[in-house]
This record gives sequence, structure tokens and C-alpha cells, in this order.
Amino acid sequence: MTTRSARRTRRARQVAGASAAALLALSACSSADGSASSGSPASTSASEKPSGPVTVFAAASLKEGFTALGKEFEERNPGTKVTFSFSGSDSLAASITGGAPADVFASASSRTMKIVTDAKDAAGTPATFVRNQLEIATLPGNPDRITSLGDLARPGLKVVLCDKEVPCGAAAQRTLDAGGLKLTPVSYEQDVKGALTKVELKEADAALVYRTDVKAAGDRVEGVEFPESAEAVNDYPIVLLKDAPNADAAKAFIDLVRSAAGRQVLTAAGFLQP
Amino acid sequence: MTSMDKTRPGLASGSGSASGEGLDARIVVDRGSFRLDVLLRAAPGDVVALLGPNGAGKTTALRALAGLTPLDGGHLRLDGAELEHTPPESRPVGVVFQDYLLFPHLTALDNVAFGPRCQGATKAEARATAAGWLERMGLAEQAGAKPRRLSGGQAQRVALARALATRPRLLLLDEPLAALDARTRLDVRAQLRRHLADFEAVAVLVTHDPLDAMVLADRLVVVEHGRVVQEGPPQDIARRPRTDYIAQLVGLNLYPGRADGHTVTLDTGPAITTTEDLTGPVFVAFPPSAVTLHRHRPTGSSARNLWRCEVAGLETHGDRIRANLTGELPLAADLTTVAAAELELRPGAEVWATVKATQTHAYPA
Amino acid sequence: MTEPDKSRAAVGTLTGGPLRGRVRRHRPAVPIPLLVPALVGLVFLLLPLLALLVRTPWRSLPGQLTSPEVWQALRLSLLCATTATAVCLVLGVPLAWLLARTEFPGRGFVRALVTLPLVLPPVVGGVALLLALGRNGVVGQWLDSWFGVTLPFTTAGVVVAEAFVAMPFLVISVEGTLRAADPRYEEAAMTLGASRFTAFRRVTLPLIAPGVAAGAVLAWARALGEFGATITFAGNFPGRTQTMPLTVYLALQSDPAAAIALSLVLLAVSIAVLAGLRDRWMTAS
Repeated sequence: MTTRSARRTRRARQVAGASAAALLALSACSSADGSASSGSPASTSASEKPSGPVTVFAAASLKEGFTALGKEFEERNPGTKVTFSFSGSDSLAASITGGAPADVFASASSRTMKIVTDAKDAAGTPATFVRNQLEIATLPGNPDRITSLGDLARPGLKVVLCDKEVPCGAAAQRTLDAGGLKLTPVSYEQDVKGALTKVELKEADAALVYRTDVKAAGDRVEGVEFPESAEAVNDYPIVLLKDAPNADAAKAFIDLVRSAAGRQVLTAAGFLQP
Repeated sequence: MTSMDKTRPGLASGSGSASGEGLDARIVVDRGSFRLDVLLRAAPGDVVALLGPNGAGKTTALRALAGLTPLDGGHLRLDGAELEHTPPESRPVGVVFQDYLLFPHLTALDNVAFGPRCQGATKAEARATAAGWLERMGLAEQAGAKPRRLSGGQAQRVALARALATRPRLLLLDEPLAALDARTRLDVRAQLRRHLADFEAVAVLVTHDPLDAMVLADRLVVVEHGRVVQEGPPQDIARRPRTDYIAQLVGLNLYPGRADGHTVTLDTGPAITTTEDLTGPVFVAFPPSAVTLHRHRPTGSSARNLWRCEVAGLETHGDRIRANLTGELPLAADLTTVAAAELELRPGAEVWATVKATQTHAYPA
Repeated sequence: MTEPDKSRAAVGTLTGGPLRGRVRRHRPAVPIPLLVPALVGLVFLLLPLLALLVRTPWRSLPGQLTSPEVWQALRLSLLCATTATAVCLVLGVPLAWLLARTEFPGRGFVRALVTLPLVLPPVVGGVALLLALGRNGVVGQWLDSWFGVTLPFTTAGVVVAEAFVAMPFLVISVEGTLRAADPRYEEAAMTLGASRFTAFRRVTLPLIAPGVAAGAVLAWARALGEFGATITFAGNFPGRTQTMPLTVYLALQSDPAAAIALSLVLLAVSIAVLAGLRDRWMTAS
């Protein structure tokens, strides 16, 4: 099992290298990608270059990947400016249904996306562009030698989970149920970053968080994969919003995210292919 | 020592310190540009008044005696014990503050019981002591009242009882009558005088009111600009003031000069003829009522003390008019309203002032 | 609609302040440049509370309020806020006295430091507490290895977090009262033989009692509503560290109606306690 985590780290390094290469490729063949993206029937004019500001509401876990893609988008399309609002998917959905002016919504769960589509604030059908799954975050060097989900139930071990009300908590509950495990954590955190912080500050020994969060935390935590995580895979849907002030540019951005090169950047951040 | 001592006039300062009894203090406090340096000595039974204008340093001296302001020099001995390094709570000193500072959340009884309680008495003992003191002050009925229900005079007596209940060897009173209106003041002054007469240890009171000082104290220490300028029994100071401040307080015209027989040449130039036969530096004093004013230079007058003056201001003083004059000799003159009208006195008018030699009083400086 | 009226009156007591405004005199003509912003300000403060009442799901309310989870969270909230206030009083009043009555080098700087938690985002305060008192904290590691005490994820941790955030309110309030109080009462007590501590206990403390009470109420209210530092330092576990604000926040994620109901409970409890205290002071003075 220890070999697995070692392998994972090696792979992460490879992926990081690949993502840099992918970005280079993106900028090299930008025109080709641009024409490929015009497949959507809603598109008014494929030849027209996107311009102006684009506002993207995205789940907090997308921060690293989307920031890189946003920069790339601006370089490819001079005259555009991508503005991100990274936050919890729930509060973003609430802002959108409350009338916040945004072009694109990228959510961390189908449930939160449903809030937006139910409110008829989306233009078209959301498409899943990446997936995320849970990993065990442990202290650096894994001093408690946690190798499986079952190890978390060990007495004396301080484990934090996300609260059941937030997506990562719901996912954690599903995996625990799948493993037939009863676990009493020391705390139900209000979001995944809260859970991760507790491990980063060494207040808790382990937490169930997303793969992407483990990756983003660098060497402050160590990730441990476990098979039950397949039971609770989060889909990340993206959609153009109905009242988008800049629909053309927004569509172009969504196309970039969904392109092969875009996926490569997100995979490098720890996301899974849909 | 009993109150009998107090009737003996001129109980000299320092007479008590020979036996180590009483107060022996030199209070030095530096406040940047202001320096207080006064010598205070008093025997048990003495009531000493620190008299002086505002800002003279009287209250600072009192605070230093109580230990609330540290001494920058000098010494402080009370009944032979060195006190300058003793914290205020350990000094056998009681203070009656200007606005009394009765604890507003405690009844009159508990205010007075506060001191005995701090000295280790049980609650019951302290209250019994306090009740005794209130009784003596004629305040038995006010024992349960909170300070805000007390009249000014009652509050003053509660404050006195509170200070006395700790059996202090030095009682300090800061402007004890200043917070009272004129009517109450008369009563309270008389009562306070009685209580101070009964007090067997040293009492020091601070006041800027000469009447309070003269009624309550058997010795005055006049402080100006942080220094003692004159001290002695009230009647001496009233008769022979040595500074303009005191002269004004006791209502005298005062001039320093040099005497040669019956003639005193004033430092400012003019000469005054007196009845005393003196030589050397002297003070000459005469009351404003001794001055006679004339519209024109008197010709047949036998008065040799004659000066040409100009009216600087007029003010009513009871049923008389006080004229402040400038000119050869600045002086204050009292005259009746009728006389003032006849003389057609008005600011800027020229008048001639005469004073009979027998009305003046000269004494060595 | 009796409920909104009731709450409006109760909110009025809140904004009026528990200690002042006993007598209101009629004065002629309030100037318009003062009146208009004042009314706008009043509406601005009351509107969100009214909206809360308007949108409250009154029908499902009884069911939501009788759930054991709500009572558990409420009980924990009251317990922790009250304990935190007690901690604030024991430590904060002497600190306020020190700041108001003594001179020492750097006093102004210390005073500024004391007020820092007022401007610090509570989450940052929570992280700072973890770094200080956490299992691996600067002091916390010794607490752990010497006494086996770890504060995070415990009810004591909630009290610590709430006290940390609420104490400045108490210190500032009490210090202000002390500065306004005449220090010569302490001097008078000292001339009567009281040590400085006795003077403080028997004279100063009774004199500043209203200010201390006002500060304690402020601190209590702040502790009751504390969210960020609590969840960061003490985590969130029902019955142990999950106070009402945490319950409200988490309910908001999935069930806004439940969150509104819980907020209403918190509001009602605050108003009830503040009004109760106000009455007691009124009769005491």
C-alpha cells in the first residue's frame, strides 16, 4: 500500500509536466481549437472572435485549474477578460438564482447545478466536464500508517469529515456506507477546506477530502487512495447561464474547458476524466 | 493634650516636635516649572490652615501628607514616626475631601464604617463605631441614607465622621466648606470649629477663604507660588500682612519701604508719616476706611500724608463704595455713597487722598 | 400578525441600549437632515429582521423547533456563551483596570493589541488560536504533553474561542466606564486604610457595576453569535461543539427554511435575555 502513494506522487509530477506541455500546445494551435468549438447549435457566429469581459462562477476546488485556463483564454482571445468568483457551489447557486450577473456556472455537484436549472437560469443542458473523488488526507509522512478507509475507525485517531449538508460530507457518508463503516469524527467541518486545514495544522490526524484538495495542499498533507472512493464520485457540470451578458465569449470559454487540452490542465490538478 | 491648648495664643510652631509628638514635615514636590517647598510643624491639638490663592500648591501639600502624591524631597514625621515611604492606606491620616467623595453606593453608616472595617474590625464592630460617630455628629437619623439623599451640610459631617472613625493622628481637610452655599456655610463652620476643637491630634486644613481660616485655625500658614510667605496666629497675620495677597485678603493697603524715625520712604518713591519710630526695612499698612478723598487739594488740612491720585475703578462694598486709585500711591479707599456722589467720583477723575499718621501702622519687614 | 409587532418592540429595546434612554422628553422639531438619515438607518437595521419574520415557515416551525438537535445546540450555545462571559469577566475586568488606572511603558500599544480581535476576521482568530492552543500549538503542545489537555474539538475549546472574540467588547466597555469614574474614590478608600485591591473590590467595582454589566451583555451577545472562530478552533460536532450559529449555517446549505427557523430561535433568546437583564437593572438602580 505504501508503494501506491509513492507511485501516486510520481504520477502527479508527470501530470504536472504534461499540463505545462498542454498549455503550450493550446497556445500553439489556438485557431484550430477555436473552430472546433463552434459545434454548439446555439452559437450565432463561429467566425466572430469572442471579446469583452466574461464572468465565471466556479466551485472553489476548480481554482487552480480554472485560473490557468482563464489566463490562456485571454491570451488566445485578445480583448477578453475573464473574471472568476470561486466559492462554495451552494452559495454560488444561491447568488445566481438571486440574480447575480454571471456568464458561466461551473459547479462541484449535480445537486447544486440542479438548483440553477430548476430556477430556469441556465441556457441549455449542463455538461459534466470533470469528476472528483475522495482521498484520505493524512499528516506528512503518514505517521499513523493509515492505508485503508477502515483504519480511520481506529480508536484514538482524530478524524474530521465535512458536514453531511455540504457535498464533500455527503460523499464521505456514501463511501463510509459503502464500506459498511461506522465512524465518529471529532468534527463535521463546514467545508472541505476547513477539514483540510485541520490536518494541515496537525490538529486532526486524518480527513476525508477531495483528491484535488490533497494536490493543492502540496506536501503539507499526504494523500491515501482507497477503493471505496469510487462509490462517491462527484460530477462537475458546467453551463452557460441564461442571462449571460457575454454569451459568445462564455461559450468559447466552456469549449476551452471541455477541449482535450483543457481537460489535461484539470487532470493535472487532480481531477478525473468524466 | 486637650482643646485647652488651643486657647493659648501663639502656640509656637515646632513646640510639639521637641517631644516627637505631632507633625514635623518639609514637603517638596517638583512639577516641572512648579516647585512646592513648605515646612509644616504642629503639636497635637493644633489646627493649622494652609491659606493661599488657587494654584499655590495647597492641595498638593495635602495630598503629599496623605501619601497620594509622592514627595520629591524633604521629610514627614508624625508622632516621631517616619511616614514618607508609608503607603497611604498605612498612614494614620484621615482626609475630608473638598467634595467629600462619599461612596455613593454605601449608606452614611457604611461610609463611616468603611475605615474601621479596613482596619480589621468585624462588620458589627465597625457599624457600632460608625453609629457612635454619626450620633456625635447629630446624624443618627441619616445613618441609613445614601449620600445623594444627604444635604450638603450633612454630607460634610458624614465625611468628617468617616475620616475621624479611623482615629487618625493627622486630620486633613481640603476646602471643607467650599462646596456649601452661604447659609449652610455659617452653621457648618461653627460645627466644624467645635469638632476640630475636640480633636486631640493635628489637623491641617486647606482653604483660600481667609474667614474660614481665621475662624477654624489657631495658626495660619500662607502659601504663595509653592512657598510659605508668612505664618503665625490669625490676628498677627490680619494686623501685619507681609504680601499683597494677604493684605488684600484682610482688606489693608500695604506698602514696603524704609523707615527713618517717623518717616517711611516707600520703595515706589513717596513717603508716609507714621506714629511708630522705626529704622530699616518696614511694612506700612492702613485700612481703606482711613483714607479721606478730596475733590481739590486740601489747603487747611493737617494731614501730611497727601497724594494726588486718579480714580481707576469704583465698586460697591456693602453699604459703602470702594474706590481703587492709581497715581502717586496706588491705594483703595472706602467712602459712603453720599460722599462719592458729592465728590463726583468717576473713573479718570482726579482726587486728593489723605491718611492720618495715627491711622497707619508700620512694622519691621 | 402579532409576532412582527412583538419583535419590533423587542428590537426597540435592543437599539435603545439596555442602560440609557429611560426618560424621553418631547422636543420641538427634529431637524430634517438628522431625522431622514435616522429613519433610513432604523429601517435598514430592522428590515432584514422583518424579512426573516415574513419568510418564516410558520407552519413547519413547531416541528423544527421541537427537534432534539435544536435544543441540544441551543443549550450548548447558552452554556458556552455564559461560561465565556464569565471567563471574560474574570480576566477582562482586571485587564480593563490595568489599562485605565496604571501607567506603564507601551500601555497604548497594549490597548491596541487588546482591541485587535475586534477587527480580526473571526476565522483568522480561530486559526491563531489553533496555532497557540492547538495540539501542536505554541502553548498547546505543552498543555497536551504535561496535562493531557487538548482544546480543539472540545466544548472548552468553544468557550475559549468565544471568550477570545468577546473579551475585547468587555474590556473596552469596562475601561471606558473606569475612565469616566472618578479615581479619587479609590484614593479616598486608601486614606481610610483600604489596600488598592480592597479599594477596587469594595469601591470601584460597585461604582462601575453598570458598565461591567453592559460590557458583559455585549460580550455575551457576541459569544452567542460567534461562528468563525468557533468552527475553526473547536470544529463542529453535535452536542459538543455545534452551537446555534453553526447549526444555522449548515442548515442553510440544504434547508434554508430550517435555517430561518433556527435564526428565529436565536433572535428570540437574545431578545428575551437582554430584556430580562434590562428589567433587573432598572429595578436595581
